[in-house]
Amino acid sequence: MTNTATQLNSYRNQPDAQGHFGQFGGRYVAETLMPLVLDLEKHYRAAKADPTFQAQFDDLLEHYVGRPSPLYYAERLTEELRKDAPAGKGAQVWFKRDELNHTGAHKINNCIGQILLAMRMGKTRIIAETGAGQHGVATATVCARFGLPCVIYMGATDVARQQPNVFRMKLLGAEVVPVTSGAATLKDAMNEGLRDWVANVHDTFYIIGTAAGPHPYPELVRDFQSVIGKEARAQMLSRINRLPDLLVAAIGGGSNALGLFHPFLDDEVKMLGVEAAGYGLDGDQHAASLLGGFPGILHGNKTYLLQDEDGQITEGHSISAGLDYPGIGPEHAWLKDMGRVEYTAITDDEALDAFQLLCRTEGIIPALEPAHAIAAVAKIAKDMDRDQIILANLCGRGDKDIFTVAEKLGVEM
Amino acid sequence: MSARLSSAFPADRAALVCFVTAGDPTPAATPAILDALVEGGADVIELGMPFTDPMADGPAIQAANLRSLAAGTKTADILQIATDFRSHHPDVPLVLMGYANPMTRRGPEWFADAAAAAGVDGVICVDIPVEEDAALGPALRAKGIAPIRLATPTTDAARLPAVLDGAGGFLYYVSVAGITGKQQAVQASIEEAVTRLKASTDLPVAVGFGVRTPEQAAAIARVADGVVVGSAIVDIVAEHGAAAAGPVRDYIRSLSDAIATARATTNA
Repeated sequence: MTNTATQLNSYRNQPDAQGHFGQFGGRYVAETLMPLVLDLEKHYRAAKADPTFQAQFDDLLEHYVGRPSPLYYAERLTEELRKDAPAGKGAQVWFKRDELNHTGAHKINNCIGQILLAMRMGKTRIIAETGAGQHGVATATVCARFGLPCVIYMGATDVARQQPNVFRMKLLGAEVVPVTSGAATLKDAMNEGLRDWVANVHDTFYIIGTAAGPHPYPELVRDFQSVIGKEARAQMLSRINRLPDLLVAAIGGGSNALGLFHPFLDDEVKMLGVEAAGYGLDGDQHAASLLGGFPGILHGNKTYLLQDEDGQITEGHSISAGLDYPGIGPEHAWLKDMGRVEYTAITDDEALDAFQLLCRTEGIIPALEPAHAIAAVAKIAKDMDRDQIILANLCGRGDKDIFTVAEKLGVEM
Repeated sequence: MSARLSSAFPADRAALVCFVTAGDPTPAATPAILDALVEGGADVIELGMPFTDPMADGPAIQAANLRSLAAGTKTADILQIATDFRSHHPDVPLVLMGYANPMTRRGPEWFADAAAAAGVDGVICVDIPVEEDAALGPALRAKGIAPIRLATPTTDAARLPAVLDGAGGFLYYVSVAGITGKQQAVQASIEEAVTRLKASTDLPVAVGFGVRTPEQAAAIARVADGVVVGSAIVDIVAEHGAAAAGPVRDYIRSLSDAIATARATTNA
């Protein structure tokens, strides 16, 4: 693997023509969907080459989403972390502030791209799956903006624990369908989305929320999210005329991480993806597909999965509903095997501590997903030199999580 | 390819292809249900391999998958059920149907070896389209197991030759764009599709999705080489559990009787 890695001219030209990232990715879908997936790829190629499409995308990101998002030097957090660092150590911590986007997370970047693609293809109905509800809210938002009917599949368990987001989606005009099959969480919602799609192939566009699923979804979601890394790269160069030493991002399906990482893949920049270790990697109550799973096939792609010896998918656990998925985007699987990106995992408790740390030091309430990234930053910053720079993706804000956090901290609301 | 599969589709009537989920309601109950399928007149048995995430299946087969997994069904149990079936029914073709991950977990060669040793004649993998054939197809063909492909209403003429390339056993025409067990396609569209498919392949064409009554089975039997029934049988297993063999046999008999006379009644 390492040999191949050193011979690669670029890490940025994946996947291949068949949608494979090495052995990962691909198009593992039922025959009924296969012609649609091929058609989507054809339209995406055309859109990508069309300056009008790109201009529409850029315009909406600027005036509707509020991009570019700020690049922020977290001075007090940096100082706080330096208190525990040896002399001369304690890297500077910077954030890409994607939590300031309209709807409060990076999810909207992808939804804008996909709904423009849907309309270009003449589709008149939108479906999506959601876990914590952030992707559901972002999808409902763009559907309202463009006047398209929208059905969101959400596990019944998640519907119960994410009521504010369910109400948001309904306010935005979406129909929210609680899914009761399986464990009634994100993977079951995705199964139901695929079932809807296969039964409504002529008019329906499926807006997948992360860089996973059958090709071309992992590629197009990554491309739409790459606005994060492109902006960050340019902002770094213009602010301090250098690139960061380390990028850090949380990983559920992996779209915010890929969005940040991808534009830097051919630079001399280290990268760290942070999975959810739940109650710890030594048990089975975690959602770390890369560190605790094995390659397999689910939801249209080959990737690392939490599964048993017979290939049955096991249920992940994380305090963060957005990281609680037993798979991972196939490009991360490839980047891991190539050794280009390093992966670690952070427990529920560590994420909770980091959540509170950021609240107190910077006046920013992060979502529980990026709280995992911040926890990893807190561990690693003290081993890096003071003039080194860590750039972490603050991919969502924590309004949605305050009830979960209050419960964990034993606070009555 | 398998002699058992090719001789299961007689020239003078359609074959009856019957699906049940292995291990539903328990691994111990499945052999009697398979016997009942054969006694009722099934020509080909599709043994479903349960999966936690059966994303192409409707509520009936989803529930069957969950019942089976809750009963503790393992891949080893399914292979044992197949082995026992083969020794009791040496001439009845047996096909494993399911999803890619349980089939490829230990590697495609492991699965093909184990299936061949169990006397399996064909494999239908729902989520490995021809584009990803390398994930399982070569291993199956090397062991003489037929990779049975699916054609659907969205499989157009341009795509069909690719779908047939490397296919074996029979061609399974999924008559509805949708999930299993929901609704049946209109007869005219089935006839048109079967005519189109048969012009492109010498493989028998079996038609399924939503077939429930003897009348529906007979109507398809007039135009296709095989009729596939799944969710309706699974519903009977759901209702009767470990005592399902009798009701399953009676139901299959009603279908096979209707199919036996289907062509005679139109030709008369």
